[in-house]
Amino acid sequence: MDLLLSAIEILMRWDVALALLVGSVGGVLIGAIPGVGPAVAIAILLPATFSMDPIVGLTVLLGIYGSSMYGGSIPAILINTPGTAVNALTTYDGYPMTARGEPRRALSLAYSSSFFGGIFSVICLILFAPVLARIAPMFGSREIFLAALLGIILVVVAHRGQALMAGALAAFGIFLQTIGLEPVKYSQRYTFDQPFLQGGINLIVVVLGLFALSQAFVLLTSEDEKIRTTRLSGGSLFQGMRELLRHPRIASVSAGFGVIMGMIPGVGEFTAQFMSYTYAQRTSKRPEDFGRGSSEGLIAAETANNAVPAAAMVPLLALGIPGEALTAMMLSVFYVHNVVPGPGLFQNDMDFVVALYIALLILNLLVLAFLLVATKSLIQVVKIPNRFLGVCILTLSFVGVYSLRNSATDCVLAAVFGVLGYILKRLSLPAVPIILGMVLGGIMEVKLRAGMARVKTPLDMIDRPVSFILFLIIVLVLVIHVRRLWLDRRDLKEAEWLSNHRSTSFGRLLLRRKSSFLMERGKLQRARRLKWYRRLMDLF
Amino acid sequence: MATERERRFAGPRRGQILFALGFVALSVLLLTQIGSQTRWAERTAFFSQPRFWPAVGLGGMVLLGGLHLKRLPWRRFTTADRAELRRWASVLEYAVWFLVYVLLVPLLGYLPVTLIFVPLLAWRMGYRSRFMMVVSLVFAVAVVVLFKSFLGVKIPGGAVYEYLPGGLRSFFILNL
Repeated sequence: MDLLLSAIEILMRWDVALALLVGSVGGVLIGAIPGVGPAVAIAILLPATFSMDPIVGLTVLLGIYGSSMYGGSIPAILINTPGTAVNALTTYDGYPMTARGEPRRALSLAYSSSFFGGIFSVICLILFAPVLARIAPMFGSREIFLAALLGIILVVVAHRGQALMAGALAAFGIFLQTIGLEPVKYSQRYTFDQPFLQGGINLIVVVLGLFALSQAFVLLTSEDEKIRTTRLSGGSLFQGMRELLRHPRIASVSAGFGVIMGMIPGVGEFTAQFMSYTYAQRTSKRPEDFGRGSSEGLIAAETANNAVPAAAMVPLLALGIPGEALTAMMLSVFYVHNVVPGPGLFQNDMDFVVALYIALLILNLLVLAFLLVATKSLIQVVKIPNRFLGVCILTLSFVGVYSLRNSATDCVLAAVFGVLGYILKRLSLPAVPIILGMVLGGIMEVKLRAGMARVKTPLDMIDRPVSFILFLIIVLVLVIHVRRLWLDRRDLKEAEWLSNHRSTSFGRLLLRRKSSFLMERGKLQRARRLKWYRRLMDLF
Repeated sequence: MATERERRFAGPRRGQILFALGFVALSVLLLTQIGSQTRWAERTAFFSQPRFWPAVGLGGMVLLGGLHLKRLPWRRFTTADRAELRRWASVLEYAVWFLVYVLLVPLLGYLPVTLIFVPLLAWRMGYRSRFMMVVSLVFAVAVVVLFKSFLGVKIPGGAVYEYLPGGLRSFFILNL
């Protein structure tokens, strides 16, 4: 109880209240504009939050993270375009509802489900915090190293079909963080005697380039779309909660998936949504409705994705290990204020952690209230033309990069990473592994050095229970990944065999005849000719 | 006709081979420099060597990037690849816009440059109506007021502000 009171005391400030308001309203707005995700907004605002108190800065960023998915559901439901990437599944059932004249019901269900997911996860985590506080101190250098390694492996294997390139990009991130002056031996690493590389490559510069500038480039080179907004009709905005209460099982299981998946680094919203959607479809009495405007499908998708943000803060706060790009950006807010997230934070500043969770709780309430009142006006933001949005993001990116250290070199580097991010987007390759490679690579370097100093052989790294469990999980993840690769390969071979129309390809038939001739008959012929040739030569 | 392997490839075909080749070439080039760009420290454990983590990063880039290149279902450049390369080059124009903006701010000041930059780029992008020009100007003023005046982010005043008279000069340097 004392903990709760001291947490509330931390939040009882006018700047925190303002941060909550700005975070919630700003997040919804940003989410509602297709083309501007929370990553772009957080990257731009990050340097601006450095001058604020940690709790204020983090509340703004958490607010944007938590509320953008609420806003993202609006264009997903009304115009079949997800506002943020994680709202893609919402279009499956949300848009068909709009098409049959029930946009208001769909929006209301999405808001209620998101609200339930958000609140469920925060309550879970407040209850779970004492357990975490007990587990977190068991994590020493070795365990944190292994957890960071696990995080990087999970991020890589999560990109199905692109794991090799995701791994290469994560390695690129690890390499990037090594550039500059090495802090222990004071030796230069890959600075090429350039003064601007001696301080290293700043994470925020890379983040702004890869997320904000690249998105500006994408928008500036795209075409404007003609968007026709739907008039809100069909039901009331308040009926969603009643409808949600009719499906308590799906809502709670989906929120549970969100919480669990959110806590695992590198997994996140997509897996949580996929699992809860599949679960809802399998257990539904009307599975044929899924994808055609099923309320259960909409509940599963929206509950799961909104349960993730609070859970994603767990590895960040308890171990100092971010599981995805947004929490990786938030980590830099902690570092700027010399607050090192990790086991120490849970032991010494538990009230700070609980305050963050309560802030998320209040944020969900604020967002819901805002959406119930302002949905009608919010629909207009989807009409902002793409290329003008690009101009705006380019202008805002300048604030983000330049305000960091007033360095034009940083801006050049950000522009280079912006072009790289643009290329990655064009090729549908992920940029997140680079960011996580940079953050987790830095953590791994420090923790491995500290961990190895206390052990005699590398095997001693896993002689403690937590480190041994983490090691087993790493092995398990790798084994599962290799098995999946093997199954994919077998599947590919089967498909190739099925689609192989040997008899119909005349050219191939001739080729086979030719090679067969060259192989068997050719050998025979050559031997025979050789025999004849010898006999002929023998005559002379 | 696309083969099964091509159909199952995650992502579009255009530009894949260019990127993979460029990535691997850069990684190999950087890896060859490891001897001169990092140091092997005496009496230091293997895992604490300054060279260890750059080697891990670059090794991973070469190995995994190389495997990715090897497993690409395509082996030759097409016209689509060349068109994609031109498309990548086309964004350099906006990168230059951005860098010119960056270079001008310390000279002319944040507000004046933003007031020119936003409408000019909007004009370049084809938004030439009076309404969009007004929206651009309002956006430019709003950004400067929000970030520099209200949030107080660190953006230096322009060199031309030095020529302003006393009180106005410090107001401009601090807020605009």
